[in-house]
Amino acid sequence: MPSLTFVLPDGTRRTVEGKAGLSVMQVAMAEDVPGIVAECGGNAMCATCHVYADAATADRLPPVTDVEDEMLDSTASPRTSSSRLSCQVDVEEDWGDTTFVVPDTQL
Amino acid sequence: MTTVIVGAGHGGVQVAASLRAEGHLGPVVLVDGQEDFPYHRPQLSKEFLGPGAGAAQPLRSRSFFTDQEIDLRLGTAAVALHPAERCLEFSDGRTIGYTHLVLALGSTVRNLQVPGVGLDGVARLATLTDAARVRKRLATARHVVLVGGGFLGLEIAAACVGAGRAVTLVEPQDRVLTRAVAPAVSDAVQRAHTQAGTVLRLGTGVERFVGRNGRIQAVILADGSEIPADLVVVAVGALANSGLAERAGLAVDNGVLVDPWLRTSDPAIFAVGDCASHPDRERAVARRVECVQNALDQARHVASTITRGIGEPYDKVPWFWTHQFDLRVQTVGLGFADDVCVVLGEPDEASFSVCRFHHDRLVAVESVNRPQDHIAARRLLSRRLPPDLPEVGSAGFDLKSHELSTRGAA
Repeated sequence: MPSLTFVLPDGTRRTVEGKAGLSVMQVAMAEDVPGIVAECGGNAMCATCHVYADAATADRLPPVTDVEDEMLDSTASPRTSSSRLSCQVDVEEDWGDTTFVVPDTQL
Repeated sequence: MTTVIVGAGHGGVQVAASLRAEGHLGPVVLVDGQEDFPYHRPQLSKEFLGPGAGAAQPLRSRSFFTDQEIDLRLGTAAVALHPAERCLEFSDGRTIGYTHLVLALGSTVRNLQVPGVGLDGVARLATLTDAARVRKRLATARHVVLVGGGFLGLEIAAACVGAGRAVTLVEPQDRVLTRAVAPAVSDAVQRAHTQAGTVLRLGTGVERFVGRNGRIQAVILADGSEIPADLVVVAVGALANSGLAERAGLAVDNGVLVDPWLRTSDPAIFAVGDCASHPDRERAVARRVECVQNALDQARHVASTITRGIGEPYDKVPWFWTHQFDLRVQTVGLGFADDVCVVLGEPDEASFSVCRFHHDRLVAVESVNRPQDHIAARRLLSRRLPPDLPEVGSAGFDLKSHELSTRGAA
């Protein structure tokens, strides 16, 4: 079972079980992970589900699409090379342990 | 310090969540007449209708409400409001007192007053229950007719075409989205629909619905033509759910009237989202905005006011999106019919933005497959330092480059 660890802005870590087929955003919302807003419900329209994938995790993720790329330019916290919209990243069965850092603000 | 919120849609749930996030300690009671656990609405007219789609996406988890000590009371219809007693009355006769009340009542699909509208198979789509009914019907339907060429009707039409049905959309105006967007954008949407197979019947209205044994069979148009139908969805605009407020004597005019701090004519009562009519930031008019962003931002503002007292007036630029076929339409700001429009990009390739001006001032940008323009425009309009008409009209102007070059100017 893939495992997702969210590192919250205050440094605490929340580890939850992922489910293949759901997006990282959907897993975070279902588990009440604070700091993921997902205002548009997962359509890459609002950029409020921004996360930073840690280096080892980033390699396992699908590439950033053009639409995600453009929307990442509008995140409230600074965009870095590890920025992703968690609604655009689907959990894979063979992920193992992954880590996502939740930014300070989404709005 | 009890806060009672009426309506558990996007706005009502956000008021409750933001009250706790702001540190509000008093009881928070969130009531809704519907039984359904609070859910995301935008997908109901899109992927939710498609074959194989799952359940509606919840707005929050169930544990969120218990953990945050939000008293969520579903299936609890508020029937009367007594502002003088600061008391809300429910259908079962029980009452609840409040310090602050927030009306997040939403809107309802307007009725179409034509013969046959009560036939089985003539549906509308405002709630999850409605959407589930349409989805079930769509599974066996062959001919679907949409009445109304607004965003809702077009989205449902796109979902039905995607499900492989024969789809006709009827719109009395001579183009779709007349009130909502500039002609260039509605042209692009019309092209996408026509190419995908939606039959557009523009410039004519519905005369009546005819059926057999109480079931819809055909739609008769004003021009006399007859379209076979085994499913009709009426999407001819929405009306604010303002009855509760109106009966309580609050000021109502196309929605519950609120001041710049979203207070109704009774300062202990706020209104947010689709049901609220608030002063426009650009012009001296009251406007009612139907979109998720508006409901959420107004909800956050009200939660802040209740928790910390009166601060800045509400001043967010509205933004909205729709997704149909390969088109991603994103709008920011609100246009008026008399705006001057400048088109940037390539309309023929369905990748462009329309900049709308009021007295040379940029007030809205509508983008088709141009997220970079939309994001830049959101920033420029929020900073209140938008480019003027001559600037946007000059050769080589680009919203994203302009936004980058003006950073720090505010």
